[in-house]
Amino acid sequence: MLIFGAAVIINRNPVASALSLVVSFLGLAALFTMLNAYFIGVIQVLVYAGAIMVLFLFIIMLLDLRAEELRKINWIASAGGVAVALALFVQIFAVVERLPAAKQAFPELPRSTTDDVHRIGLSLFTNYTLPFQVIGIVILIATVGVIVLSRRETR
Amino acid sequence: MITLGHYLIVSGVLFTIGFAGVMVRRNLIIILMSLELMLNAANLSLVAFSRFHVDAAGTPNYSAQVFVFFIITVAAAEVAVGLAIVVALFRLRQTTHVEDITSLKF
Repeated sequence: MLIFGAAVIINRNPVASALSLVVSFLGLAALFTMLNAYFIGVIQVLVYAGAIMVLFLFIIMLLDLRAEELRKINWIASAGGVAVALALFVQIFAVVERLPAAKQAFPELPRSTTDDVHRIGLSLFTNYTLPFQVIGIVILIATVGVIVLSRRETR
Repeated sequence: MITLGHYLIVSGVLFTIGFAGVMVRRNLIIILMSLELMLNAANLSLVAFSRFHVDAAGTPNYSAQVFVFFIITVAAAEVAVGLAIVVALFRLRQTTHVEDITSLKF
């Protein structure tokens, strides 16, 4: 999963990047399933590997981005960016090393969690009703915004 | 033995890859993909903490998974708007390269 995640930013061809991203998301879905989060794993495959990646590939094909491959790379700027990212990773690593809970194994689950769709739905519609409705408004606004942005100007 | 720390390190590596992509790459679509990688890294650590925090009834903490659900929804909306902006920009300038779009540069 991490190898394909790295391939996303290493590949010069945007189509290859997008396909690497699909494989990376599928690996991530497998990790979610290993963590007994079956609903999140299924949602990951459906929404990310399905919907979002189709959107990305569609836009890449629509814009026909092959001309972008022939650019020279500014190596100094790239090295600076990688250095900043590595500094970030060193900090994350230091924090995780100091966290006492990070050394403990996961506790055993006394019973199967295959009913997590039921429990997440219950939680969504009792404790988190207001955020759920706000998310609905956010998606509505995003839809309207996309339509406004992609409308052809008629003047 | 797989501990919580392993998942957090993997999540950190994934976030770093996404961050490096945003810093290094100059193609707007690749930058959007790297943003998705970073959001997914956050999701992975949330799910790991959810599995780690088992309550008295023996269930994982489902609040974190509801939060992951919200993050996925917002990410989908964000990608839709971002790609619409990229398409509008491409129609105007015939490029998705960030160094060609410097109208707001001081």
